[in-house]
Amino acid sequence: MLFRYLFILLILLPIKAFAVVEVDITRGNLNPLPVAVSPLSIDKKSKNSFKEILKKNNIGAEISAIVENNLKQSGLFNPLNKDAFLQKPDIANLKPRFEDWNLIKAQALITGKVTFVDEKLRVEFRLWDVLAGKEMMALAFTTVPSNWRRVGHIITDKVYERLTGEKGYFDTRIIYVAEEGPKTKRIKKLAIMDQDGFNNKYLTLGNELVLTPRFSPTNQMVTYLSYFRNLPRVYLLDIETGLQEVVGDFPGMTFAPRFSPDGKKIIMSFAKDGNSDIYTMDLENRIVERITNHPSIDTSPSYSPDGKYITFNSDRSKYQQIYVMKSNGKDVKRISFGNGLYGTPVWSPRGDLIAFTKLHKGKFYIGVMRTDGSGERLLTENFYQEAPSWSPNGRVLIFYRETKTDSKGKGFSAKLWSIDLTGYNEKMVDTKTDASDPSWSSLLSN
Amino acid sequence: MNRNVVISFGLHTLLVIITAMSLPFLAKKPIDLPPIVSVELIQIADKTNIPFAPKAKKIIEKVKKKEKKLVSEQAPPKVVKKQKPDAIPLPDEKIEKIKKIKDEKQNPKKVETEVKQISEFEKKELFDSNNIAALIDKSKVESAETNKKLDKITQDQDKSIDSGGLSLSEEDALKAQIFGCWSIPLGLPYNENLLVRIRLQLKPDGSIIKTEIIDHARMNKPGQGFYKVLAESALRAVKLCQPLRVPSKGYEKWKELQLNFDAREMLEG
Repeated sequence: MLFRYLFILLILLPIKAFAVVEVDITRGNLNPLPVAVSPLSIDKKSKNSFKEILKKNNIGAEISAIVENNLKQSGLFNPLNKDAFLQKPDIANLKPRFEDWNLIKAQALITGKVTFVDEKLRVEFRLWDVLAGKEMMALAFTTVPSNWRRVGHIITDKVYERLTGEKGYFDTRIIYVAEEGPKTKRIKKLAIMDQDGFNNKYLTLGNELVLTPRFSPTNQMVTYLSYFRNLPRVYLLDIETGLQEVVGDFPGMTFAPRFSPDGKKIIMSFAKDGNSDIYTMDLENRIVERITNHPSIDTSPSYSPDGKYITFNSDRSKYQQIYVMKSNGKDVKRISFGNGLYGTPVWSPRGDLIAFTKLHKGKFYIGVMRTDGSGERLLTENFYQEAPSWSPNGRVLIFYRETKTDSKGKGFSAKLWSIDLTGYNEKMVDTKTDASDPSWSSLLSN
Repeated sequence: MNRNVVISFGLHTLLVIITAMSLPFLAKKPIDLPPIVSVELIQIADKTNIPFAPKAKKIIEKVKKKEKKLVSEQAPPKVVKKQKPDAIPLPDEKIEKIKKIKDEKQNPKKVETEVKQISEFEKKELFDSNNIAALIDKSKVESAETNKKLDKITQDQDKSIDSGGLSLSEEDALKAQIFGCWSIPLGLPYNENLLVRIRLQLKPDGSIIKTEIIDHARMNKPGQGFYKVLAESALRAVKLCQPLRVPSKGYEKWKELQLNFDAREMLEG
């Protein structure tokens, strides 16, 4: 016993003498991290093979350009100008001269190599910490040559994850409604594209009006709203096969569909006699379940990522507000209490936030709040914008915005825009036609 | 029982003594603010006051001896000789005088006059500074002793700060430098502990000998992948900032330095 007390005393006594000076660093900069993306090196033989297959002169440079563009678009990285690079790609991939890369202020360096092996595209790449002078990551993968754009996206995802600590969102696709023609005679088609706007493809012909497409968690299926004999119905579309079907046999209009996180159910609104409530339908056994039962308009349901809760909007308190309930419809709680109208709530894939559209004094806002309604933050304000959809990592929102095309307020244009959670880095996503109702897929590769 | 009571009593008294001894030191930390300002004043005084002090003493002594003699009469030649070993003014004056007599309408004249003016100004300045010094010293004669006392006090405070760590301005300089170097990874989760503590060993010039992450074990724990990212960003910041803006003195107290990087404030902001 005595020894123990003495021991404690011994510990207590020298505290002062050994105190090291501590300095608290509570601030940093949010400037984009300077990154050097060295073009992927490629040998002559492979270069010629790819030239034949893909009609691209230097596939290594093309892939690194994708990486560079992705990093830049994220707003978190600042890819440095290639003209300043001192080391050649092939040598840099073996062993970078860190002093050279340090000189141009690069903090991270991406190098790599492309080869043509057994009719396939093989890429290996490395991420280097320039300041520490060490390799942070090295990966290699093979794929069919036509997948070369995805290779660039996958590299970006890996780099992004290694440097920011969260999963990337680059190897993803966006489904949206492509719009053409005047507002009174608008042709709307379902379209799908890579997250960076490439590989655009139309999924419907434009004979019927389509709205609000949403990906299934596996990205195989899309649920959306389409008009059939002037009646809006919820449809299901298999992207690979192109097969379409109506969801359920409802004697009225169904709208605002969304998949459950396990992909087994579709949740949507069903309107009858001027009253709409929220329903789910099991895709396996086609059993329909009524979730809300209230004389008000309940719509825009969205599951929490764990599937235990549902957020939706309702005008049961006279004005349209956001509510959260258990997935069985119990414990309905209002969470939005600010001025104005709230709609289109979407639960973040991270589970911590709910994104929404807000209408207040004639302006539309895209914002986020915590799942209990606290910490409301409005990210962007405009004349007309709505329908936010989360990137799979819950960091970026994509939505659409309508703008007047001439000064007289005639004519308008709808485009997709993205903004990250900080409220900065607002960017237009390039589409050939006008676009609305975007939905972000989950990561195609994991 | 008795033995335990005795041990308990003994330890309690020890604790009381320890707290009594250490608490005042601890209590001084929060009061660091006012003395730190005086530290800066002392540093300036080190450079300025001390050289003046011996002069002042001499002058004061002279003033005491020869009460009604002007200080300015005695001061200038001394200062000129001491501070300007090149002795420009005197030879110049001679040359100028000679030149003035010999050449009157030549270009060098202008230059000479300029030189003259400069030397005159210099003289004036020197005269003035001494005058002022003398005047101040006169006024200081009475307060000199109190000043000494004050000096003692501030020096004592200085010592106590030595053991406490960096002064506020020193810390601020270091912080400001690292703030600029630290790119916070934005993908960090909001609800986690985002504190990375890094122990540094520094050279006197502020360059880094060794860095060490204190909670190193946490880097490889499952579900703490973000911590590795955060720790690496902190290490990058330190390396990018190298050499650190450390105080020019007191190497002993900051040769080991602990930086606590906390991203929470920024990310929640």
